[in-house]
Amino acid sequence: MAAPLTLLLLVAVTIRAALFRSSLSELIAERVEVVSPLTAWKRVIEGLALLDLGVSPYSGDVFHETPLIIYLFHFVVDYAEITFMLADVITAVALYLAVKDYNKQVFRKQKFALEADRYPLDCLELIRSPKEMYYIPLKVAMFYLLNPFTILSCVAKSTCGLNNAVIALFILSTIKGNVLLSAIFLSLATYQSIYPLTLCAPALLYLMQRQYIPVNFRRASFWWFIVQYAFMYLGSLFVIICLSFFLLGSWDYLPSVYGFILSVPDLTPNIGLFWYFFAEMFEHFRLFFLCVFQINVFFYTIPLSIKLKEHPVFLIFMQLAVISIFKSYPTVGDIALYLAFLPVWSHLHRFLRNIFLVSCVLLACSALFPVLWHLWIYAGSANSNFYYAITLLFNVAQILLVSDYFYAFLRREHHLTYGLYLKRKDGSEATLVLK
Amino acid sequence: MAAYRYGYSAVLFILCGLSVFLVTNGQETILTGDDGAAAVDSPQTVTETAEQTAEQPAVEERQWEVTEVEEASPDEAAADKQDASAPETLVPPSVPRPKDDFQEELVIRPLHSGDIYASFQFRTLWETDFMRGNKVSHYRLFPKSLGQVISKFSVRELHISFTQGYWRTMQWGQPFLPAPPGAELWVWFQDSVTDVDGTWKELTNVLSGIFCASLNFIDSTNTVQPSASFKPLGISNVTDHRFLRYATLPREIVCTENLTPWKKLLPCGTKSLQLTELPLFSLQAGLAVLLKSEKLFHSSFHSQAVHIRPVCEDWQCKTTSWELRQTLSVVFDLHTSGQGKREWSLFKMFSRTLTDACPLASSSKVYIDITDNPEGEQFELIPATPLLSQAVVLGDRRTFSVYDLTQQITFGAVRSLNLLIRWKSTEGDMLRPLLHGERYVAGYGLQTGEIHTLMYNNHPYRSFPVLLLDSVPWYLRLYIHTLTVTSKAKDNKPSYIHYQPSKDRVRPHLLEMLVQLPPNSVTEVTVQFERALLKWTEYTPDPNHGFYVGSSVLSSLVPSIVAMDTNSTQERPLFSSFFPCKEESSYFVRVYTEPLLVNLPTPDFSMPYNVICLTCTVVAVGYGSLYNLLTRSFQIEEPSLGLAKRIANIIRKMRGVPPL
Repeated sequence: MAAPLTLLLLVAVTIRAALFRSSLSELIAERVEVVSPLTAWKRVIEGLALLDLGVSPYSGDVFHETPLIIYLFHFVVDYAEITFMLADVITAVALYLAVKDYNKQVFRKQKFALEADRYPLDCLELIRSPKEMYYIPLKVAMFYLLNPFTILSCVAKSTCGLNNAVIALFILSTIKGNVLLSAIFLSLATYQSIYPLTLCAPALLYLMQRQYIPVNFRRASFWWFIVQYAFMYLGSLFVIICLSFFLLGSWDYLPSVYGFILSVPDLTPNIGLFWYFFAEMFEHFRLFFLCVFQINVFFYTIPLSIKLKEHPVFLIFMQLAVISIFKSYPTVGDIALYLAFLPVWSHLHRFLRNIFLVSCVLLACSALFPVLWHLWIYAGSANSNFYYAITLLFNVAQILLVSDYFYAFLRREHHLTYGLYLKRKDGSEATLVLK
Repeated sequence: MAAYRYGYSAVLFILCGLSVFLVTNGQETILTGDDGAAAVDSPQTVTETAEQTAEQPAVEERQWEVTEVEEASPDEAAADKQDASAPETLVPPSVPRPKDDFQEELVIRPLHSGDIYASFQFRTLWETDFMRGNKVSHYRLFPKSLGQVISKFSVRELHISFTQGYWRTMQWGQPFLPAPPGAELWVWFQDSVTDVDGTWKELTNVLSGIFCASLNFIDSTNTVQPSASFKPLGISNVTDHRFLRYATLPREIVCTENLTPWKKLLPCGTKSLQLTELPLFSLQAGLAVLLKSEKLFHSSFHSQAVHIRPVCEDWQCKTTSWELRQTLSVVFDLHTSGQGKREWSLFKMFSRTLTDACPLASSSKVYIDITDNPEGEQFELIPATPLLSQAVVLGDRRTFSVYDLTQQITFGAVRSLNLLIRWKSTEGDMLRPLLHGERYVAGYGLQTGEIHTLMYNNHPYRSFPVLLLDSVPWYLRLYIHTLTVTSKAKDNKPSYIHYQPSKDRVRPHLLEMLVQLPPNSVTEVTVQFERALLKWTEYTPDPNHGFYVGSSVLSSLVPSIVAMDTNSTQERPLFSSFFPCKEESSYFVRVYTEPLLVNLPTPDFSMPYNVICLTCTVVAVGYGSLYNLLTRSFQIEEPSLGLAKRIANIIRKMRGVPPL
């Protein structure tokens, strides 16, 4: 398996290197779909330039990266292209290893269940074979590395790629069962962009499952584990935040990074739902809707964790998708991360209801983004509503995609318990409905 | 008109004599031995407020009498070198030395483009102290509204200008007093002010009322604190730029409603000032009669300004006084209105002629720039005047014909002065301004752009440094790392850069840098910006018109061709004495570039409800589909019968037949 992966990495790096050298890279770096005010490389450079001028990068409203990022690029700014390619490679390899490990566990669990005769007899065709699972890790790496969204994001040098790498490392260390590393990477991801905070629920569920700790509120071991994890998580978060403070000698970065993410002052168009909504918002409702929209991102964590407490990896996928749809400054790089998980759920394909329609909409929207942007901004023959309409459609398609996978996942679980070919009382073929 | 005045004046003489007698009697006990610094305290203004109201007209007349005396004894030789303290010497010894003084002046310069540049300067000097604990409540020549502003807000210097049109440096040369299009306000506060921003906010609102202008739109988003470009012009020991505030409103339209309050500040500005107690005495006199708004605003360029600053009274700067300088500059495009004939007169420009000087003025003069016309081959000046004056203005020695309005002889037999210039030839060569600036926005589309600022050094062999000040609103996000300064195709590294990044909806970008301009070169400063999408309520009423970005300011010490006059207290024409000169070899020039008009992407303003509904719908779709999957469970579908079958079953039941 190492050879195809190496080949894949080589191909991916070659594509990126070629694009970096081409004239396209400047064009891509300006695209609002690819870079947001939070992640734009131009703003990182601006932050470095401000530091050189002796001005705090956080005294203005251009730079919103965390102090660690500026410190990192203070040293590697000349090797930025390599850094971003490396970040993509790390993400891909981490996902590859994580999925490989996860598949092993899935297979083992399935074996135990089969041996215990827990599956109904007609579910044999739902049982996954090692042969079809063999290529899934490679497909995951491929889905990440060769996804045009990732390539664009990398060529634009969007720091989203670095965030993705941190999250991928978090997933890897969680799946490998390393509690400490998982907490550290989670705190790093949180530090970078708040929203990965919600990933602590699947991480806890997964780690507890791995250590055979029952998810039971009355058990001391459950609470003890949560306290342990919280301690490690908060401790490393505290260390990182203090380190940032000592790097720049001021707390200015807190409002400039996290205040910026939460209060959405920059209404530059992007593929998300926030920009036009808050550009057109009535001023006295602004705070209310801001709270509603931000709570919306975090809100799904608890019900999803309850529903998917047996399947924390699927929960991670769901959380990543929810974050990338509802976050305040989404870019295509965020989407690429959760899209990379789709091959893991390839066994759900038979239950997907409208995957064709949704993928067509997603593809069409991706093509229409630059077209309508051009018509609005450059040609002047369209207005903001055109671009806004496409973002709406794109988000609806993403929501349908995610809910479709969720539906398929739940349905498969149902079939694994109750049998695939359900019969009505009178013996005729039954249809399943949600009630 | 003048005859009537003299009739009145005879009556007034008697009144004056009486009142002077009264005043001296009333004040003798207090003011004996009072002079100089002690007079600053002006005890009578504090102690005898009740008496003052009665006294005020009397004091006015005394001053008036003084000018009469002066008129009665014409001193032609000293006329153009008239000292500010001249009236003082003529005042009878019993009368206290006047602590305020008013001068007025009109400079007319024929421009090579065929236009006429007319610049009015009115200066009121008042030896008083607004900052002492005791309140100054007795105002004579100095407008009370501004005096109260100075003392209430602890203002050290105040400079405000309203300009309509853009000064074309390359065609018209340097103006005596530069001003950017729109409104400009910069204020130095006393170092005793603790809350500078709060004071500034209040001050702009008060000034907005005084000048009937939209200065209340000055807030933190267009106010900057330049670190080097705007130094105090008067005497000052404060150079900490924390006490400086600078703001421009490039979109401000200047019109009659701004001129009227400005004129009201003049001692001889309108009929309704100061001497309304004497109905027979109309004080629209002196140069102010020319300030007719219908003519002033029918011009290519109109700029009116008020400058308040503390200045030295004498060479050693022992006593200081407050200077209020009101200036008004107009460029008339007589070429087009005169059907191609190059001829102008005061009447043609202002639809008025001069009949007298302002009686309150200690000096009242009209200067015509005849430097380019030494032998009269360019134009003919009617009536001719024997008085000539030379002054060093903007690094150049200029010759002026002087008309002293305090001399009765100036008005001749017709009792009115209508200056007339008839052009003979159209050629002429202008001295190219040594420093010149231009600015434009490059790029297309509404996403990004680039501001180009061009600075021209036209000096053939000297290079000089220029301070460039740029204040760019926050919605054009500047990227300072894209800043390039090139001259002669080479990178020209600024020796000083002060950059303050913007904060969204709080403060603008401030970029100040010191660039050395090589001789005979163009220096180009470029910086890229990104256009922000604003909230729909933040756009101006006509958003597709674009947003104005104020002029950049180039301040420089330009090498002078002739030796500059460094003695600031020496009597000079007002137009040449505004910027203090520290060294002989160079003079201070401030050049404003064009303001920019930048388009921003706009949302659809008619859509707020639709957008709120549609976005909320999408969020609801997400919430709904997840909620559905989270709360419901899979169940086998119960066969539900169609409507027809159900109806059929009901009928079957009634018939007693088993259902289908």
